[in-house]
Amino acid sequence: MTALTATSRGPVEHLSAEDIELLGKELDAIRQQILDSRGERDAAYIRKVIDAQRKLELTSRGILLFSLFPPAWLVGTAGLGIAKILENMEIGHNIMHGQWDWMRDPKIHSTTWEWDNASPSAQWKHSHNELHHTYTNVIGKDNDLGYGIMRVDEDQKWHPIYLGQPLWNFVNACIFEYGIAAYDLELGKNLHKRRRKNPEFQARLKQALKKIRGQMTKDYVIHPLLSGPSALTTLTANLTANLIRNLWTHSVIMCGHFPEGVQTFSKKSIDGESRGEWYLRQMLGSANISGGPLMHLMTGNLSYQIEHHLFPDLPSNRYQEIAPKVQELFERYGLTYVSGSLPKQVASAWGKVIRLSLPNDLLDKLGKLTKAVKPA
Amino acid sequence: MTSTVPRLRDRLLRLAELATTPLVPSDYLDILNPLRAGADLRGRIEEIRPETRDAVTLVIRPGRGWRPHTPGQYVRIGVDVDGVRQWRAYSLTSPADRADGRITVTVKAIPDGVVSNHLVRRARPGTVIQLDQATGDFVLPAERPEKVLFITAGSGITPVMGMLRSALGDQRDLGDIVLLHSAPTSQDVIFAGELRALRGRITLIELHTDTDGMLDVADLGKLVPDFAERETWACGPTGLLDALQAHYTERDLTLRTERFRPTVLVTGDGGTVTFANSNTVVSTDGTGPLLDAGEAAGVLMPSGCRMGICFGCVVPLREGAVRDLRNGALTTAAPGDGVRIQTCVTAAAGDCTIEL
Ligand code: FES
Repeated sequence: MTALTATSRGPVEHLSAEDIELLGKELDAIRQQILDSRGERDAAYIRKVIDAQRKLELTSRGILLFSLFPPAWLVGTAGLGIAKILENMEIGHNIMHGQWDWMRDPKIHSTTWEWDNASPSAQWKHSHNELHHTYTNVIGKDNDLGYGIMRVDEDQKWHPIYLGQPLWNFVNACIFEYGIAAYDLELGKNLHKRRRKNPEFQARLKQALKKIRGQMTKDYVIHPLLSGPSALTTLTANLTANLIRNLWTHSVIMCGHFPEGVQTFSKKSIDGESRGEWYLRQMLGSANISGGPLMHLMTGNLSYQIEHHLFPDLPSNRYQEIAPKVQELFERYGLTYVSGSLPKQVASAWGKVIRLSLPNDLLDKLGKLTKAVKPA
Repeated sequence: MTSTVPRLRDRLLRLAELATTPLVPSDYLDILNPLRAGADLRGRIEEIRPETRDAVTLVIRPGRGWRPHTPGQYVRIGVDVDGVRQWRAYSLTSPADRADGRITVTVKAIPDGVVSNHLVRRARPGTVIQLDQATGDFVLPAERPEKVLFITAGSGITPVMGMLRSALGDQRDLGDIVLLHSAPTSQDVIFAGELRALRGRITLIELHTDTDGMLDVADLGKLVPDFAERETWACGPTGLLDALQAHYTERDLTLRTERFRPTVLVTGDGGTVTFANSNTVVSTDGTGPLLDAGEAAGVLMPSGCRMGICFGCVVPLREGAVRDLRNGALTTAAPGDGVRIQTCVTAAAGDCTIEL
């Protein structure tokens, strides 16, 4: 797929400016319906999830004090991995989006929440809420697209270095929380000699290192030490739980903007973008994951990535409710609602990573070559 | 020897912090007991007793950190109404030293009162609420004056009830007390039974305004001939307090009053915006976002997407009213409410003070 530009409008060619404004108005109305009915039920929901997550984490860590016994290791590790996923996705990510700010509870607020992840909340909010959600899928502006280290679109020039991208994508998945921290710091850009000394970067680096030190001390020193004779097994349990969380979150996030069918945009195409056009870009630039309630909970409702990108500040528990309305809009405006099961979307995203690691025409040429060798 | 225990406790606390980061130990302990010592101050509503058809008394078990109040003081209570935390101040109606350690406030439902209606009609025992320490200087002096006059109306009786109950608890003579209380009808008098039982120990003058008409301050001399000799405390609607204040000032007398939520918010369009920490005041017409207004005036405004999605511009609104430019929704705040707003999508809807 190639990026949408100001001139080549591909899948939106059939929509006039008025259509797009109307679409925007319809989406505003959907948002308003949720705002009007937001209340006690929603507040009870997030409190319940936080409460359950903390109890699960405490219990799992308690069980891991006896991780020398393999069943304890297994149960504790699984529990801790799930607790960390819940904290990062349904709780942390969504609170930091301000989805729960309306409750005016200082303990569940975008300005105070610090999540169980290597990247400091403040830096995450800048790179994710501000850059990624504003410039969704705009090549060169949205670093989530390939995190600045991958080729994500046919339009990007190929270079032999991209041959390695399936490998770094896998490595990044395993250490995803550090990958996020590094990319929130814009390490690639900031490690240049000239910028390294920049005091602003230095301050952010210090902040990130402090957070990472705290996280590592907790998982790899304090809790193992508390486990006494089980120290070593608790260490491996915590490593594994973090690995599970990293692989899971990486997969879910890849499914959000990477699968085939999701559009990318050129920088020029968003000049003077209207509210309606912004909505449209969110619709075309995101993909959902289908599944049951458990899937939605464990992905932090990013399984409703399209709805989330349209309304990043609506409480996550309500995306499910508006999804049919949003889908109906897609149909009415002749747009494609990209959605699929987790395995399908993960495979699709990986397929793209692998395909784009090679030059555009290489596969074609290979195809022709094989045909030439084996004439029909 | 003496310092080992605290040092050990500090060490354990530090260890607990290391084990729970990025949260803090209390985030987990709160799950077990939100009222424990060291927790943020909270309370649990244990009983809700009807007083009149539109007033109830909440019996609250305060958290361990509660410091006893002085009768007449009020407490700020944070209640979640429709999922939104709302803070209001209510006078304490319990004596300072109740044997069971519980405190009471008495709430009257006022028309359109979001919190009062919730507490009177919908709140249930068992609910945990947020508390502040008691505060306020609407109290009796340590040296009790010989002659006292209380002028109250409606729920304005509540701080005075706290004072009377405490004085009764002292077993001491109440002294010479006149209580002039107004309520629409006899049935609307909060604490009617208790007050009427005090007759003989205090002078109770009830005005039932539906039949007797509103208290006219000009009649004060008729109702309480020696009012000028009495130390006077008044609590009630703003109109009454303003009239009383004028009456007393004219005569060079001192009047102590208690007012809640005194500022009347103007919620038209636009207003004067004060950036409290930057010493900057701008007047706005309410058509553009506060973010633009602040930036134009040189205030260092945090911001991000400028379109309402990133929450990078959220700042505390100390006081005032703002309107959401996307849907016209109004948000109001009084000091201490802890209201935060997105400056990029809100405009002033009255005078506002922003903590920046
Ligand atoms: S600047 Fe992004 S929400 Fe206000």
